[in-house]
Amino acid sequence: MSKIIKHHTNHQEAITKDKTIFGFWVYLMTDLLMFGVLFASYAVLHGNIFNGPSGKEIFDLPFALTETIILLTSSFTAGLAIWAMRNNDKNQVLLWFGVTFLLGLSFLILELTEFHKLVTEGNSWQKSAFLSSYFSLVATHGLHITAGLFWMLITLIKVKSKGLTEGLSRKLTLISLFWHFLDIVWIFIFTIVYLMGAI
Amino acid sequence: MEQFILGRLTWDSLPHEWFTLGGTCAFVVILLGVAIFLTRVKRWKWLWMEWLTSTDPKKIGIMYIIIAFLMFLRGGLDVVMIWLQQTIGTSNAPGYLGATHGYLSADHFQQIFTAHGDIMVFFVTMGFLFGLINLIVPLQIGARDLAFPFLNSLGFWLYFAGVVLINMFFVLGGAFAATGWLAVAPLSELQFNPGVGVDYWIWSLQVSGLGTLVGGINFVVTILKMRAPGMSLMRMPMFTWASLMGMILVISIFPILAMTMILLTLDRYLGMHFFTLDNGGNAMMYWNLIWMWGHPEVYVLIIPVFGIYSEIVSTFAQKKIFGYTSLVVAVGGITLLSFSVWLHHFFTMGAGADVNSFFGIMTMWIAIPTGVQIINWLFTMFRGKIIFKSPIYWFFGFVSTFTFGGMAGLLMALPPVDFQVHNTLFLVAHFHTMIVGGALFGIFAGFTYWFPKVFGFKLNERLGKYAFWTWLVGFFLSFVPLYILGMMGAVRRMDTYSPSLGWQPLFTVSLIGACIIMVAVGLQILQVIVSIIQRRENRDLTGDPWNGRSLEWATSSPPPFYNFAVIPQVHSRDAFWEMKKSEENKQHPKGATSSERTGLREAAHSVVAYEDIELPKNTPMGIYLSGFIFLFGLAMVWHAWLFVIIGLVGAIWCVISRTFDENTEYVLTAAEVEKIEKKNKS
Amino acid sequence: MKTLSRIIIAIFILFDVYLIGKILLVDKNFQVLNPQGIIALQEKNVGLVALFLMFIVVIPVFIWALYVGTTYKEGNKWAKYAPDWDHNTKLQFFIWAFPISIVCILCVFNWVTAHKLDPSQAIASTNQTMTIQVVASRWKWIFIYPEQKIATVNLVEFPENTPIHFELSASDTPMNSFWIPQLGGQIYAMSGMATQTHLIADSIGTYRGENAEINGAGYAQMTFTAKSVTQNDFDTWVSSVKQSSNPVLDLTTFNKLAQPSQDNPIAYYSSTQDNLFTTIVTKYMAPGKGMERM
Repeated sequence: MSKIIKHHTNHQEAITKDKTIFGFWVYLMTDLLMFGVLFASYAVLHGNIFNGPSGKEIFDLPFALTETIILLTSSFTAGLAIWAMRNNDKNQVLLWFGVTFLLGLSFLILELTEFHKLVTEGNSWQKSAFLSSYFSLVATHGLHITAGLFWMLITLIKVKSKGLTEGLSRKLTLISLFWHFLDIVWIFIFTIVYLMGAI
Repeated sequence: MEQFILGRLTWDSLPHEWFTLGGTCAFVVILLGVAIFLTRVKRWKWLWMEWLTSTDPKKIGIMYIIIAFLMFLRGGLDVVMIWLQQTIGTSNAPGYLGATHGYLSADHFQQIFTAHGDIMVFFVTMGFLFGLINLIVPLQIGARDLAFPFLNSLGFWLYFAGVVLINMFFVLGGAFAATGWLAVAPLSELQFNPGVGVDYWIWSLQVSGLGTLVGGINFVVTILKMRAPGMSLMRMPMFTWASLMGMILVISIFPILAMTMILLTLDRYLGMHFFTLDNGGNAMMYWNLIWMWGHPEVYVLIIPVFGIYSEIVSTFAQKKIFGYTSLVVAVGGITLLSFSVWLHHFFTMGAGADVNSFFGIMTMWIAIPTGVQIINWLFTMFRGKIIFKSPIYWFFGFVSTFTFGGMAGLLMALPPVDFQVHNTLFLVAHFHTMIVGGALFGIFAGFTYWFPKVFGFKLNERLGKYAFWTWLVGFFLSFVPLYILGMMGAVRRMDTYSPSLGWQPLFTVSLIGACIIMVAVGLQILQVIVSIIQRRENRDLTGDPWNGRSLEWATSSPPPFYNFAVIPQVHSRDAFWEMKKSEENKQHPKGATSSERTGLREAAHSVVAYEDIELPKNTPMGIYLSGFIFLFGLAMVWHAWLFVIIGLVGAIWCVISRTFDENTEYVLTAAEVEKIEKKNKS
Repeated sequence: MKTLSRIIIAIFILFDVYLIGKILLVDKNFQVLNPQGIIALQEKNVGLVALFLMFIVVIPVFIWALYVGTTYKEGNKWAKYAPDWDHNTKLQFFIWAFPISIVCILCVFNWVTAHKLDPSQAIASTNQTMTIQVVASRWKWIFIYPEQKIATVNLVEFPENTPIHFELSASDTPMNSFWIPQLGGQIYAMSGMATQTHLIADSIGTYRGENAEINGAGYAQMTFTAKSVTQNDFDTWVSSVKQSSNPVLDLTTFNKLAQPSQDNPIAYYSSTQDNLFTTIVTKYMAPGKGMERM
């Protein structure tokens, strides 16, 4: 009754790309709303330090600034990677996404060390509502970064073996959208949590 | 080690009370019955290949409706149990079956009404609506499928996983949440509810909520990106508009629900302090967040139904819908306004007059577009030629009940009045009037209206009318006493009360009403069975049994799996009606009969040029992925960490494996399309 | 079949008329509609006025629905048929203007009455306001009289025609809703914060009080009695509670009392520890923080 095809017509591909990217934007908006709830709960709870420390006492601004610069740079390199993709340059794509991956990984490691320090000091998420909301907000962002890194790795492996096919190019576009989105969320976190908390 | 594998599941947890076991037996019997039947007719492979792994929204829609209906039966049984307890459970009456008063202990009673609420909202009404939208919207916009067929299948199986999870305590025991349908904090925190009940609540709603969100994204992208050429937004049928608005609401609010439940989960599993009483937690924040989801949610339940009423009124009055633009603005207005009213659910929390009256005023504003819609529908019927078939009966049933429920709602939008009726049975009567008289009646109307399109034959009209009248009588008998009980000072969720208050006769009347509703549902089941038996007499041969106006009626009944052999070109609103009229005017200056219409369509088709059609393949991956997520959720309930890890790893593996799958579509050649079309004609 | 359905419809219209008649006759059990205090009376009147305003829109719509449904039934030869008449801008304007105007009136009404009947508003009266503190606990109500320094469980007694300022909180319990239907509207009693309401009983009487927010298995048992008596009777009652052999309500006794229990009988405490209520409210606050008042 049917025959299996391995590639689409150009017209079909254009429709698929259009609705997939649009659908991904819709998903990103829902993810933004989820972060919105976390920000709202942080706004309500950040003053409830109970017997624990306040933001001023635990936030290390230079440290957070380092994390921010790393993440912003990774967004820039992701942009370079997409530019290379538009020029159909597979090796540059692998290089720049690779750099993005490494920068993202360093960000994660830095964040984990920050968490580790807080927990060993006794200021875990169980201590107060402020700490609960701080850890949840930042860790949710961190989990998204982790998922993004994972996604990047698997797609890059496929690009290495299959080259820059239509489908994989589309996926790389989605990954870069995701990555930029996470960067924007981080800017909000840096501003609202670290900067405003330290003042 | 045992803790790591089984968590807090022990032999003692397994079901051992009489009614839990009753439910267990019922499920076992039903499942066995289905399994034996399938084995005897040798349809296991067929079920798997044709239905369970399908990505066809028509099949997925039918599956949604079947599961929603089964959960409707369970939710309805919960109702009878509730009313029975409230009728016989006065404080001076003896207790039966181990209860202090009535036949249910307070804790069990509270579990039952909690389950009733969650099942009816999440699994029945949402299930029915997602089913209808799947079945009808692609046809109405001239599309062949949804934007993301795999996600459609995944969404359904996640919904199904949620259904199984909420019923899982009949298998593994424990308890369900005894907190009311929204599991408000701080009652749902570990301090007051450390058992598995609230966890069952969290995970069944999280899993199905994920499916709902995925479905919502799918529907929004489909309606915005996959309409037939020429179908601008202002030419879409009203049901499509209403579905779009409802789904925009879904994608806006389900992230809020998901995250709120995650915060509660973090409190319960990791000892955090979002909503706890101690260490700075803020339980009021839970109320704000959950109602920011909860209020728009009830509009998700009713807005698509407003679309159904628009379709039915226009078709059965044989007239163009009056005030199309107004109706679109009204539906859009309701969607927007629904975000600004959530605090009216807790006026009594003492937020002060400024805040309270702001939200009260915004609540009152929603009455305007709702009223405008009803008036426009009535003006559609004005100077129409109304065919009184059962869908129109359901519409008038809606008008008579919903208006009163709406007035009750408007009363409660006044904080001083709300102070005296908040959380009483008056409130319960109000929202049931809106959901039953509004949403459910509309779903029944839509079910009757589109049944011939989906299955190829009409439903028995006589039984439909009997079912309607029985429902109406049962509805009034059930809920008018509740309005009155609210006026008598009866609060909701009470398992016992003093008989000197004079409440018992009214509860008895409600119980009788519930039994009458059971008869009505029985009549509806009978209607389907009889219609199946009589299907040859009621066969829909033209695909257009009601002289419809929108594109779904331009296909055969049921439509071929690709919906349209050729994507239609749309030139106006009521696309199919205009197509019929222009064909008529071309060939017959006066009106055409139904057989002439068939002939016209045949003539039109014979000059059509068929093209290859690309369609998505069936896939079991939705089932596997949902299965792992189900395992994850169930294991989280019982703290069985080994299975949590297995579920999580399995789910991730499924996702990765799906992304490696290149062969997700196949081509139906033009010749094959032509063959199927010719076969359908004969 | 048609006759049968007509008989059924007739039965239930009559039944509804009977029920409505029962309401109008204001059976003493219709507590919300049978107010015994001015707050409840005003709340009821707000409802009646709003209902009247709503009927201005609803009754015409109902009549219109009946007219349209009967006149334009297929088969009515003399009814006009205009299948393409689908919009009329002037008419549409009125279709919007009509409900908008009534709702606008209702909105103003909403603002005014919400402010007038806000629970934090004191009640104007010739008599001086009395304060009673309410602590909801699982599953009973504890009433502390800070001025008289006594306390009771599940019974709150006060003089008639005297504005009572209730300060409410809860101890180690989920949210509760304090409600005396015949005296006035509900207010939540929540752990860790204090809410307030003002109620007044116009004459002597005994009223039922209950909890309207689910808080666990004993929720339905959480009823209490509110009693308004003459000023003299009240003074006598206070002295009898004070002088009897009733226990003292200090923090230790209170913590024991606050343990989960159902069906508590009415109990009296001859004296209370100073600032007991404040201590209960601030229990969950970090040391050094003040009391959060709403």
